[in-house]
Amino acid sequence: MIRKLTLSALTAFTLSSGGVLAAGAAGHVEDFAFSFEGPFGTYDQLQLQRGLKVYTEVCSACHGLKYVPIRTLADPGGPELPEDQVRAYARELAPVALPDGDERARETSDPFPGSGLETAPDLSLMTKARSGFHGPYGLGINQFLRGIGGPEYLASILTGYTGVEKEEAGTTFYENTAFPGGWIAMAPPLSDGQVEFDDGHGNSLHQMSEDVTAFLMWAAEPKMMARKQAGFTAVIFLTILTVLLYLTNKRLWAGIKGKKHA
Amino acid sequence: MAGIPHDHYEPKTGIEKWLHKRLPIVGLAYDTLMIPTPKNLNWMWIWGIILTFCLALQIITGIVLVMHYTPHVDMAFASVEHIMRNVNGGHMIRYLHANGASLFFVAVYLHIFRGLYYGSYKAPREVTWIIGMLIYLAMMATAFMGYVLPWGQMSFWGATVITGLFGAIPGVGPAIQEWLLGGPAVDNATLNRFFSLHYLLPFVIAALVAVHIWAFHTTGNNNPTGVEVRRTSKAEAEKDTVPFWPYYVIKDLFALGIILIVFFAIVGFMPNYLGHADNYIEANPLVTPAHIVPEWYFLPFYAILRAFTGDVWVVQLVQFVTFGIVDAKFFGVLAMFGAIAVMALAPWLDTSSVRSGRYRPMFKWWFWLLVVDFMVLMWVGAMPAEGIYTWISLIASTYWFAYFLVILPLLGLIEKPLPQPATIEEDFKSHYGQPAE
Repeated sequence: MIRKLTLSALTAFTLSSGGVLAAGAAGHVEDFAFSFEGPFGTYDQLQLQRGLKVYTEVCSACHGLKYVPIRTLADPGGPELPEDQVRAYARELAPVALPDGDERARETSDPFPGSGLETAPDLSLMTKARSGFHGPYGLGINQFLRGIGGPEYLASILTGYTGVEKEEAGTTFYENTAFPGGWIAMAPPLSDGQVEFDDGHGNSLHQMSEDVTAFLMWAAEPKMMARKQAGFTAVIFLTILTVLLYLTNKRLWAGIKGKKHA
Repeated sequence: MAGIPHDHYEPKTGIEKWLHKRLPIVGLAYDTLMIPTPKNLNWMWIWGIILTFCLALQIITGIVLVMHYTPHVDMAFASVEHIMRNVNGGHMIRYLHANGASLFFVAVYLHIFRGLYYGSYKAPREVTWIIGMLIYLAMMATAFMGYVLPWGQMSFWGATVITGLFGAIPGVGPAIQEWLLGGPAVDNATLNRFFSLHYLLPFVIAALVAVHIWAFHTTGNNNPTGVEVRRTSKAEAEKDTVPFWPYYVIKDLFALGIILIVFFAIVGFMPNYLGHADNYIEANPLVTPAHIVPEWYFLPFYAILRAFTGDVWVVQLVQFVTFGIVDAKFFGVLAMFGAIAVMALAPWLDTSSVRSGRYRPMFKWWFWLLVVDFMVLMWVGAMPAEGIYTWISLIASTYWFAYFLVILPLLGLIEKPLPQPATIEEDFKSHYGQPAE
């Protein structure tokens, strides 16, 4: 009876979130295998650095990362750029506007600039704001093992252009297989070989899309590595404590219960 | 009803006697901790301690979050990101707090259904039950207002929808809604008062919890047999009970350990699973999300709210006989609050003299159907209110009311209960042998 009640409650718990993110006419999203998925998943430092390069050379023309402090590029569990490179990077970014109309050079303690184009959304949290592809469908275990699915959606947008355009009320729309509704206002931002990587890593559209969304996942969840580490530490120590409590409890009650009837 | 006879605290040393004469606080702690507890409690009796833990967890993490949070419409969202990125350990504290709310509600639902199955609400524990329902209401208010604070899209639109419920009250509704919001729409005034109340209510809950514990320490715990502990003599009472410390403290800590392993796995490895993606978009009064869905723990009652639409004949009848004062929208609001009210009235609606569902052959079936019903409501609450879903939610909502208003009163009259054990000791001995020497 108890087991049944616990089980059914757990089922309710997982099922209930079932339809939460069931969005309307969703497009086709490709399932990328990112390195940071699952409890053991980690960010690939070199991939984040490549992604930063794609973001800097392409995305940042219109989009911003207004919640991401530049100094965190050097933080452990991120792209881990050397301090001097981070300082040099900050200086190349758009200056900070001051209230008196003046401006000053951007420091590492400042965040990235916000979106330059008014209609381009800020990307700081975009991977988390577009999660849902990996669940909560499938009783949640999918999301546990394969990540929140936001990066899959963003990468699929970047690779999902068919090349067809249409004009409506003075605005050009581009056909995109991943975008809900099929037509997106953002022009195809990336093409094969557009960004050159110093380490000679492949720069096909598919590879660059994967790299830049990995970087955006880090931008949205910079403490993921620390969080998973804390998760493991907590689970391991709680397991030890729970085993000890189990033995204590068994011994304690032995004097009251005696042997259980078969 | 006299309390269960047991040994009381006797101050021995001089300083103990001195303090005891002036403030018997050690005696209070001793009596609370050493309270005789039925020795046959099963694993469904762990949730009280889990809930107490949740309350402490939420208050402690919440107080730290408040140190870094800014309750202003222009800064709230950014201050949450500040916590996630710049505050040492802030990301863990926030995820613990957000997921802690879910653990709180998992535990409270299991706790409530435990009470419903074993008849814990029946005399003489009605006051404990009513206080419990008040705690549950306060929890819902706290969780709802807490969800507004990050000022994401779902925060804003959830607040708009839920405060709109009060606007459905005939006549005074719009005035009440404006009074709650502090203006014509959800805005800075709303955020500020929700923040203030979100901080206040947990302490109200803590006080109610103290009264809840006081009440059932007066009547004694219920137990899986529903048979009362014998109180005629201390010797007899001791055969039915064990002291809370150490027996149940250790047992409950063991259970808490298992639950925390699961909890930390969720916080560590998928902390956003139970949240809405839309809440990572800053609130925007000009853009409505495609689906406004409350958190999972509100879904059953949200489903009841939406179930009674204008084309249901009961709604039309009520609208007709009230000269249109109770329209479909207000009917839904009444149904939602009524669903909790009928549950609170269970002690007086249940006519059976047998407490525990274990000895009620017919009741069992209806009870498990209610559990399934609750889960169906939770599922359908997340679905769009269209097509087959409206029918499912209407049927499921009807069963919820039928269980409390029709089935519980009738069952007591027609059901033939199974024989109950004479004492807890007898039941215990039928499960376990003699204590090991």
